[in-house]
Amino acid sequence: MKFHRIYALSIRHLYLIKGSFPRILDLIYWPTIQIILWGFISRFFTMYSDYYNNTIGVILSCAILYDFLFRSSISFNMLFLEEIWSRNFTNLFVSPLKVSEIITALTSTALLRTLIGIIPAIILMNPLFGVSLLQMGPPLFLLFLSLYLFGTTLGLLVTSGLLRFGPAFENVAWSSLFILAPLGCVYYPLSILPEWLQIIAKGLPLVYLFEEARSILVNNVVNYNNIMTALALNLFYFAGAIVIFYLAFYGARKKGTLINMGE
Amino acid sequence: MSNISIEIKNLNKRYNNIEAVKNINFTINKGSIVGLLGPNGCGKTTTIGMMLGLIKPSSGTVFINGQNIEREKNRTKILEKMNFISPYVELPKKLTVEENLKVYGKMYGTKNLKDKISDLMKQLNLSEFKTRKTGELSSGQKNRVSLAKALINDPEILLLDEPTASLDPDVGDYIRTYLESFASKKGATILLASHNMNEVERLCNEVMMMKNGKIIDKGTCNDLIKKHGRKNLEETFLKIVRE
Repeated sequence: MKFHRIYALSIRHLYLIKGSFPRILDLIYWPTIQIILWGFISRFFTMYSDYYNNTIGVILSCAILYDFLFRSSISFNMLFLEEIWSRNFTNLFVSPLKVSEIITALTSTALLRTLIGIIPAIILMNPLFGVSLLQMGPPLFLLFLSLYLFGTTLGLLVTSGLLRFGPAFENVAWSSLFILAPLGCVYYPLSILPEWLQIIAKGLPLVYLFEEARSILVNNVVNYNNIMTALALNLFYFAGAIVIFYLAFYGARKKGTLINMGE
Repeated sequence: MSNISIEIKNLNKRYNNIEAVKNINFTINKGSIVGLLGPNGCGKTTTIGMMLGLIKPSSGTVFINGQNIEREKNRTKILEKMNFISPYVELPKKLTVEENLKVYGKMYGTKNLKDKISDLMKQLNLSEFKTRKTGELSSGQKNRVSLAKALINDPEILLLDEPTASLDPDVGDYIRTYLESFASKKGATILLASHNMNEVERLCNEVMMMKNGKIIDKGTCNDLIKKHGRKNLEETFLKIVRE
């Protein structure tokens, strides 16, 4: 891998963000709206439910963690879709860029794009609702890392579909996370799901992450087993997604879609 | 060292039941400008795609400077020395002209990039559009930016798929003149797929005619015109295609 090629693809997307104020506003707007919405819902639960000791903190923190996951996945997809929409796709694949360099550039640029949107929302949580994510302590970093890996994994799987099936796969890009959200137990404990769904949910890293986030916030207890299980599952899925991306690339070369990909 | 720049051996491409390219063979010498002619859907773009490593051949081999492009370890090194233009491929519209050239210059590892961009902008009359978004330019201006991108790595091999399609005669002529001067100064090898017969007659040392996935004739423009008893390349093309 060559740094100059990874850097080139990254600055292509940074120029795009830098050159458009509406684009930056769009990145910040949705996470902020999410936080405000879930903040008020949490406040309502605090007043009318005694299930959680700290409802506003738990629901709002889980909402921001889920939004971070959502943004990382969508950012990865968006970077790839931008190439298709601008009909620049073929230019990239006739350049000396390697597949591994494309994955690295998109993964690192997607993180930056996600942080631009999520950091203002995290900062707003405290003055608006008196909640700080930092109260979760050092495990917060591991939760973010795991969620980012899972978001990137989903991004890789969706972009593999785009490579293999073309722009028609775009709708899946937008809906991919909604399919998994009910199984992720973002806002409710695993025990709410029917038993057969619990078995499926346990195969996803999300359950361990959100159960752990609730455990830290409600009981003030950190169970590193949950965090490590999530991280191990994430690494497994991430490696699998890379293999699938390579297979999709070779499939696209066989099918001839790399030369005329565009809207 | 061999004088062969591109060597195509028994190249085939099949998409399900359609044979897009059927057992083609040719070589292109270093520094030549070769035209690839044929009706729409005859396999020109598929052939170029295989030469760029974008399309995997069903069988056969593409050698660029003696190296098989299908070998992963060769691919990056080969592509560093090649470039490509097609009217169906564009540069990001929301980036300025300068930003696009910086991105691709870095991608190809161009040395002294700032000077290179400045030179290309001067040569292609793009300096005044440096800070304009590429999407705001006219099609002729965009085409010149695409050409600047294709020359950012001083390619040894340039593959051009209808480079002057949809351009007015003035801009078309400007591009052709520039390509002529680039090829003679740098000794680059150019493969030109075009439907503009005047362009091919003016630029190419040799022409290959494709029909139904096969190369059915090749030679210099004059040889082909004489062989088929026609007045010019356009009439020769029509005769070959309609036979």
